[in-house]
Amino acid sequence: MLGRLPIAKMLAATLALTAVISLVMVPINWNGEGASTAAGPIDTLLDVMIVLSAFVFSLVMVMLFYALWKFKAKPGDESDGEPIHGNTRLEVAWTVIPTIIVLFGAGYSWAVLNEIEDPAENPLKVQVFSQQFAWSFGYPGKGEAWSQGELHVPVDRQVHFKMHALDVIHSFWVPEWRIKKDNVPGITTTAIVTPDKEGTYQLICTELCGFGHATMRAKVVVESPVEFRKWVGGLEQKVPAPLMEAVVQDTETDPIGLGAGGA
Amino acid sequence: MTAAIKRPGWIRGALGAVLAAAFGVGLVVVLREISGLPIWQTEQTGYPHVVVPLITGPLGFLAGFGCFDYWLRWAAGMPTIPEDHSQHGARSWRDYFRFNTDHKVIGIQYVVTTFFFFFVGGLMAMMIRAELAQPGAQIVDASTFNGLFSTHAVLMIFVFVIPVFAGLANYVLPLMIGAPDMAFPRLNALSYWMLPIAGLLFIGSFLAPGGAFDTGWTGYAPLSTGAPLGQSFFNLGVQFAGASSIATALNFLVTIITMRAPGMNFWRMPLLVWANLSTSLLVVAATPFIAGVQFMVLLDRAVGTQFFEFAGGGDVVSYQHIFWFYSHPAVYIMMLPGFGIISEVISTHARKPIFGYRLMALALIGIVVLSYSVWAHHMFVAGMFSWLRVPMMITTLLIAVPTGIKIFSWLGTLFFGKIHTYSTAMLFALAFIVTFTIGGISGVMLGMVPIDIHVSDTYFIVAHIHFVLFGGSVFTIFAGVYHWFPKMTGRMYDERLGRVHFWGTLVGTWGTFVPMHWVGMDGMPRRVSDYAAQFGDWNLLISCFAFMLGAAQLVFLYNMVVSWRYGPRAEANPWRAKTIEWQVSSPPPIFNFDEIPRVVGGPYEFGVPGARHAIMGGEAAEAEKPEPATVGST
Repeated sequence: MLGRLPIAKMLAATLALTAVISLVMVPINWNGEGASTAAGPIDTLLDVMIVLSAFVFSLVMVMLFYALWKFKAKPGDESDGEPIHGNTRLEVAWTVIPTIIVLFGAGYSWAVLNEIEDPAENPLKVQVFSQQFAWSFGYPGKGEAWSQGELHVPVDRQVHFKMHALDVIHSFWVPEWRIKKDNVPGITTTAIVTPDKEGTYQLICTELCGFGHATMRAKVVVESPVEFRKWVGGLEQKVPAPLMEAVVQDTETDPIGLGAGGA
Repeated sequence: MTAAIKRPGWIRGALGAVLAAAFGVGLVVVLREISGLPIWQTEQTGYPHVVVPLITGPLGFLAGFGCFDYWLRWAAGMPTIPEDHSQHGARSWRDYFRFNTDHKVIGIQYVVTTFFFFFVGGLMAMMIRAELAQPGAQIVDASTFNGLFSTHAVLMIFVFVIPVFAGLANYVLPLMIGAPDMAFPRLNALSYWMLPIAGLLFIGSFLAPGGAFDTGWTGYAPLSTGAPLGQSFFNLGVQFAGASSIATALNFLVTIITMRAPGMNFWRMPLLVWANLSTSLLVVAATPFIAGVQFMVLLDRAVGTQFFEFAGGGDVVSYQHIFWFYSHPAVYIMMLPGFGIISEVISTHARKPIFGYRLMALALIGIVVLSYSVWAHHMFVAGMFSWLRVPMMITTLLIAVPTGIKIFSWLGTLFFGKIHTYSTAMLFALAFIVTFTIGGISGVMLGMVPIDIHVSDTYFIVAHIHFVLFGGSVFTIFAGVYHWFPKMTGRMYDERLGRVHFWGTLVGTWGTFVPMHWVGMDGMPRRVSDYAAQFGDWNLLISCFAFMLGAAQLVFLYNMVVSWRYGPRAEANPWRAKTIEWQVSSPPPIFNFDEIPRVVGGPYEFGVPGARHAIMGGEAAEAEKPEPATVGST
């Protein structure tokens, strides 16, 4: 049965289509500008997945359109197709090969996950407070300085964001950092980010939190350590007592929290 | 008048609803009085005076309408009404508005009702896209917008996609396995009549003070526990839709296991039957979880149980675990019956046996088993314990394997066939393969934790779920409706209009949902009524394609309505299919078969010389034919 099909040509067409799709799609920067150490590995993983997906998609397209072109019934042809019920070798192949591909993807993703969440020595700890519909931030040193609606972090130093939600669930996302984490009432969640590019970005709430959800944003400034220290030093407000209570009360449900598998 | 009140029907139903609702209010008043609470509650949430009647009222309607008559008489020791088959079959359109126990009538009731909700939900989608066509506020405020997309999703999921499959299967499945009806016809009718109640509760939430439920179809606590009254309509609607779903699934399981015609062993069942067997296994075990979790939210809201209030010792994240323990299997509940439909359509129109029939059936079972072990992939950024992410990623990616088996087996079925594309059903089936492949690919990407961390809760998710639920499930629903339209109505639909609908839907789907991937990766979160100006052009384009997609559905509506009334009469087997439902007249006789057919071979023996699937009653005389080839031999 397989002998009657132009397998080599179909495979060549699949590879050609894969190449075309990959050449068009891989150079595009889908996730936008990257501004943290996580962006590189995640964007590379995405590119690898685009190539693998292009192959699967091309294979399906070539099979489908070859079949439609070759085996379309002539008008008025009322006869049946050939009574082929299956082919064990083929069925084993399209069970085993996809299994290998997805397990490769899982292993690769696991490695990337460990890389982007690898805790560094001496990280900066920043408290994140979210409530309907505003963000505020607490910085260490000088008794927890407090900023509202504007987050500053130094460049090239790992930051551990300790998140606290005061009413409902919110989610912390800076697209350029590629990192997102929900802020959950009652527990402390952690996000690890190492910003590696100075600039101004936007913090977006990505968990539906009520009518103000769409506008729950904050400004994010990544700057040199000197400017960062100066900016924090200039903050006049301290984290208000009710917010500090959340820091104390919230349970760290996942104290290790970092590193995916056996960390 | 007294007779009308005594007779089951709309009048007694309305009376039952009013009395039961009044009883509900009275119960609340009395209980509050006994407990020393003020009789009328004044807090913003809770509203027991509304919530309790919303439970008792619909039950009163069902009782008055006649859903429980037989059982209540039996339970009370009264003489039961002898079965005179007056509740069987439909002789005029009025019979579709009665308590009817005929699976064919119920099937049509299901499909028409669910498509009503499809169009209501679709109208909401159009309003959502109108609002999103430009940044800033256009036609609705943020709260109404949240209500619109929440209700859109809930209508589409709970009272369209899930039950429309139950409706199609209700009609064709008993015929396919050579059964005279479903195993429990009265339960079947009750299942149907709970469905409009659920839909009306969802839509009715717009009338509640504070507006419709606006916490998304996911209704995450604690946003939902503190939401206005509309949220309770969602909590309760899910109970009715869920009960309907579970009862139907039990009915399918018993029907499939016990009522197959002689000779139809499991390996001779059509794949649609396999698909509904797997779906029902999912429904009976998973649906109680969403019913339970919505009940917990309702109790948190109404009586202050604090299951999900961290201040009262509750756990916020556990809501998501229980919710997704149902709602991930639910996506397979919304997809497996469609897989069954596609297998029937492709095999019939390619004139070929299904390639690798047994592996196709086993893949369904594989999906059922795996789908219970992947729920937390919806929670990679939710703050759950992080070690769970990698095992869930692996199972999530592995579920692509049985799904891939199905895609490749359908393609294999096309090879060396005689592919006919005159039928709109086949066009939708072929387009489904392509569109669903894309949805599967983006699903694999989402299963990878690092990518998911970035795109979770963005428009990439919206794109993905619409590719699998619209490009996937809804395409299979259209394929199924076109495929069995002649059987169900006895009329042929217009293929030309079918093609207009098909191309409009295909182009509309791709045009609407492909760009959503891009804006999501580039930074546009989902569930927002307003967005950054940089996404304006893409959103305008998306909205234009969405309106085209919506317009194409009007062609479908026109085609269905007009063809049902005026279409040319359909013959018994217009597609020359092999399965049993096509061997009886279109529409089938009231009791399906004069004599139960005898199954002698596989369901898709196209091209096998002398092969038969079933020997129908009238052919008993020629039943001495040689036993034909069986399925699975290569």
